[in-house]
Amino acid sequence: MSKIINIGMNHETAPVDLRECLAAEPDNTIKVLTSIRDNEYIKEGLFVSTCNRVEVLFITEAPEQAKASVISLMARLGDIAEQGLCSSIYVLEDMDAVMHTFRVASSLDSMVTGEPQVLGQIKEAYAQAASQKTSGVILNRLMHRAFHVAKRVRTETGICEAAISVSYAAVELAKKIFSALDGKKVLLIGAGEMAELTAKHLMAQGVSSMFVANRTFDRAIEVADLFGAQPVLFEEISDQLSGVDIVMTSTASEGYVISYDMVKNCLKRRRNRPVFFIDIAVPRDVQPEVNSLDNVYLYNIDDLRGVIKLNMAQRQRAAIEAERIVKEEVIKFEKWLATLAVVPTIVSLRDKAESIIETEMKKSNFDLEELTGAQKKAVMTLTHSVAEKIINDPILFLKTKAGASTLNSFLDVTRKLFNLD
Amino acid sequence: MMVFFWFNLALFFELLATGGFIVFLIRQNKVVFRCSYWILLCGFVCHTVFLACRYYSLGAAPVLNLKAALSFFSWSMICVYLIFQLKFRLRVLGSFVTPFATFLMIVSSAMPWVEGPVKSVFKSLWLTVHVGTMFIGNGLFAIAFVVAIMYLVQENHIKRKRFGALYSRLPSLAMLDGINYYSLIYGFCFLTVGMITGSVYAQRALGAYWQWDPKEVWSLITWLFYAVLLHERIAVGWRGKRAAVMSIVCFLILIITFLGVSLCLSGYHSFESLGVAR
Repeated sequence: MSKIINIGMNHETAPVDLRECLAAEPDNTIKVLTSIRDNEYIKEGLFVSTCNRVEVLFITEAPEQAKASVISLMARLGDIAEQGLCSSIYVLEDMDAVMHTFRVASSLDSMVTGEPQVLGQIKEAYAQAASQKTSGVILNRLMHRAFHVAKRVRTETGICEAAISVSYAAVELAKKIFSALDGKKVLLIGAGEMAELTAKHLMAQGVSSMFVANRTFDRAIEVADLFGAQPVLFEEISDQLSGVDIVMTSTASEGYVISYDMVKNCLKRRRNRPVFFIDIAVPRDVQPEVNSLDNVYLYNIDDLRGVIKLNMAQRQRAAIEAERIVKEEVIKFEKWLATLAVVPTIVSLRDKAESIIETEMKKSNFDLEELTGAQKKAVMTLTHSVAEKIINDPILFLKTKAGASTLNSFLDVTRKLFNLD
Repeated sequence: MMVFFWFNLALFFELLATGGFIVFLIRQNKVVFRCSYWILLCGFVCHTVFLACRYYSLGAAPVLNLKAALSFFSWSMICVYLIFQLKFRLRVLGSFVTPFATFLMIVSSAMPWVEGPVKSVFKSLWLTVHVGTMFIGNGLFAIAFVVAIMYLVQENHIKRKRFGALYSRLPSLAMLDGINYYSLIYGFCFLTVGMITGSVYAQRALGAYWQWDPKEVWSLITWLFYAVLLHERIAVGWRGKRAAVMSIVCFLILIITFLGVSLCLSGYHSFESLGVAR
């Protein structure tokens, strides 16, 4: 009976330098898949390698030998001692491996629960296994179920919907104000890691142009070059306010860079087009009263963190629901796998019936000579349906016993009764 | 009578669709939405058949009493909504518009049927055009009103930084403002055409374009309010909250014109005088 085994390491079990060793080479995947294909113990295999995990998922008839060869393969791949590897890997078997695969695909095992990239990476890993012809009946089914589970989790729980980083939260809010962000203009005041990250996200959403202002103009030019943006003087800010839609501030200034009056005065020139201020500076750069103006929305760093806190709570609720979906699907998969064990016996039962019909027909060939074509056909149909009827009940019985603990003894009895071996 | 059958069937479908749209609002299930939309479409078809039957048997537009007028108002709202859904693909809109339209139908169904001969003056194509354009305009304004409420709710979420359950379900402010503007422009066109055809009809039937009838005056007031809103939007650049509040105010005036004047004030537009055959 074949076993499903998953050997791997993730961000929880292995430190990053170890994961790096294994994930470094881009052609590693091909190497691993080739040696899986050549391995006599492994029937089907799949290699997943992302920045947070390295895993080999395989199907085998000889678990111990296969495990040993996969571990040594991983050790060779990373050029590390097998002993060093053993302490940071997990080995999961059968339904545990299935559950793990489903959880990984649905992003429940990720460093950031609900992050959407992992599904794409798993799909890619499966596509490579398929192209290298290392996946077979069980893996094909398992992976397709995993994609299905991931889709169910995404649509039924909404786990990926809520943003859980400051920059994403800001982008999500901008979308709730402006719909699409393409064609919108952004003004970046000051610079910093978080501001640059948010700017990058905004650019990815199709923002048409970006302006960068800084106390030191040289720095403004520097940052502007990063995004293909246009540097502007610090003194130009109040003029710029009448043209841009999103303003992000992150200066180290003590006082307000943007005052209530500045914003109020630009509104008429803007013809009330909405403007969104993202103030991630501490102390704050935008006067808080600005938020009370019509069509002006101001979010400071604490407001954004508040949004994230809400979203985190929502994700945790969603994760509980997602675990339930995963469990449901594991049970379904287990049922399918059990029917697989019955298949060889059913096939040989059918083969046996076929061969009996064939030999008996040959024996009676002489006596049936005088029959017309139509009559011969009728005899054939008759013999087939008699044989079918006889083996039908045993087959149905075996199918209902699929998954039961006593299945093996029933299979044994069937093989003996019908002398199938 | 066959006509009542169509009316009841339309009411039944609309109630069912309302239930579906409310379930959609809570569960966010696309299949539920699609079913509700098709059920509403069935209701709309039945409603149309009902109106056609009434038109055929009366020989005039079926709007001559409050019951019929409410049902026609409901029909025009659903008509506008069904078209808007195709244009804007904003699913959540149905969850707000359909209950409103169905409510009008329920009120209409609770009123007694009054049957009587129709004054020959109403058997005119001008009346049909006048009433038809007026009501499509009303339907558009009703949607502008609903969207304005949605806008205020969503803007409140974003402004106050308190995110209720509706926050993720409602679309962006820009989209709501856009739909409000769009329905306003078309609503205003229909209202204007409705008033012009109405006065042409009045000239033909009663011999004067304008008679200072209370309904005429209130219609003019409504028209002026909407004209101001549209002017502010186009020329001054009003948008967002202020435009939303204004379109709610305008719609309330429209309701006064529609209900209050027809019921409380006398004049040839009041349902009382519409019903009596001469």
